Amino acid sequence: MASVTLSEAEKVYIVHGVQEDLRVDGRGCEDYRCVEVETDVVSNTSGSARVKLGHTDILVGVKAEMGTPKLEKPNEGYLEFFVDCSASATPEFEGRGGDDLGTEIANTLYRIFNNKSSVDLKTLCISPREHCWVLYVDVLLLECGGNLFDAISIAVKAALFNTRIPRVRVLEDEEGSKDIELSDDPYDCIRLSVENVPCIVTLCKEEACSLASLLVSVTSKGVVTCMRKVGKGSLDPESIFEMMETGKRVGKVLHASLQSVVHKEESLGPKRQKVGFLG
Amino acid sequence: MAGLELLSDQGYRVDGRRAGELRKIQARMGVFAQADGSAYIEQGNTKALAVVYGPHEIRGSRARALPDRALVNCQYSSATFSTGERKRRPHGDRKSCEMGLQLRQTFEAAILTQLHPRSQIDIYVQVLQADGGTYAACVNAATLAVLDAGIPMRDFVCACSAGFVDGTALADLSHVEEAAGGPQLALALLPASGQIALLEMDARLHEDHLERVLEAAAQAARDVHTLLDRVVRQHRAELRGGHRLVLGAGFPAADPAHLHVGERHGLHHGGGAVCGRRPCPGFCPGLRRPPQEVGGSASGLA
Repeated sequence: MASVTLSEAEKVYIVHGVQEDLRVDGRGCEDYRCVEVETDVVSNTSGSARVKLGHTDILVGVKAEMGTPKLEKPNEGYLEFFVDCSASATPEFEGRGGDDLGTEIANTLYRIFNNKSSVDLKTLCISPREHCWVLYVDVLLLECGGNLFDAISIAVKAALFNTRIPRVRVLEDEEGSKDIELSDDPYDCIRLSVENVPCIVTLCKEEACSLASLLVSVTSKGVVTCMRKVGKGSLDPESIFEMMETGKRVGKVLHASLQSVVHKEESLGPKRQKVGFLG
Repeated sequence: MAGLELLSDQGYRVDGRRAGELRKIQARMGVFAQADGSAYIEQGNTKALAVVYGPHEIRGSRARALPDRALVNCQYSSATFSTGERKRRPHGDRKSCEMGLQLRQTFEAAILTQLHPRSQIDIYVQVLQADGGTYAACVNAATLAVLDAGIPMRDFVCACSAGFVDGTALADLSHVEEAAGGPQLALALLPASGQIALLEMDARLHEDHLERVLEAAAQAARDVHTLLDRVVRQHRAELRGGHRLVLGAGFPAADPAHLHVGERHGLHHGGGAVCGRRPCPGFCPGLRRPPQEVGGSASGLA
């Protein structure tokens, strides 16, 4: 994490600036820094995306594997999240140091996807109670430069958009035993609809000198799926409502931009030059 | 593997290469701005990232500090999506620990640790996609990262793997060739002096063939050295010339890795700014560190 120590005078300066809708680097209060998104970075996954937001660098890989559906939801597949805070972000994450942050982020991701509308899990079902697709979404934190949750949610959405799950057919034998046949054509696959996948918007009063912040996860239609307060300090109830409204507004714009960029990237087709980390 | 010919009669391997041919190598230094040194390398489909922090004070117990030289600490981690079958734990398992120790042994031979007593140098390697030759890719990436950090080294450390099939020595094995179960040799070389930093071999190999395999690996490592040398010189020329830099609003010259979006394939700005109501300011917030001279490459190669 950016370990910047600020003096009291600098903190007062920042807070005054925010009240005038002006941040240290010239942005307005509701503006994001430049975000770079690239999909299909890792070729042996079902889908992947890399997001660079300022100094924050996230890589997400999605692998689709076959598994058995959960007992309480026999007609649906499911998503499993795993977050790995790599030691390259900061030496404190070496060994097990990054596990705490990783579990916290993974739990937040589980919560925001824990509703019926985010991802249509019924499309992941192959045969009820027996086989389904399990999507393992693995998030790799390469560099931490602030605003982690937003960048991660953007990356997860882009990676899910990029995911290609092969089409399978279930063949019924005479004895009744089922056989699963994978389609031969590598391009014959199903794609997930990520229209309702939410993005997290973090709101606070300038990260380095704020005590508390609010995470709001918003879908493209402006529906709030999850809300969480993080940080040591406390928030006023009125400011929470205000923050939620701001979050919804910003979230909608973020979604619209992300959709257009990702669709545009895809329209460049398989001939596009993959840059990855070499750019 | 029955039915899969590793070396055809005409002398072509599974992916169409010749016996002594390397896969395509692309590398880049200075990928991350916050770390002291970082590098990324792609050897065919194997992608590895290396990040170096240091030299800095010993973290944890002071008792580990060595009075006359620096401590080199390496961690090897491979992403859960890097292999064909999903891995459960990125690091902490036995193979990762062993790789970390091997990397440490390799770099203790190359880094001039006497220049930084009582301090620690951290080298973290992350494998993003594994398609054979992960040790070699990690060593090559780590060499570039150490040079990017400006830590003086005796020489480049270049690594390559080699195998033996049908009486021919193969260089730079891919995953398919490694999984076939033949002998595999991993070699890390200091090219200028020809000294070997690490040599490891698995499976049975008759001693008559050892010299040929060793020579194939050494030649491949020397070829890798030529490529890495070119990458370092190009990086230094970029830092000096500043062609790839984007300066904005009086901010200090940014690290070339810290590209502004416009230099990529125009994804961001072409599709409409991701930022809110106002147009994107057009620059990324300034870095707090001055640009790093890749002094390691010139003065560090003692």
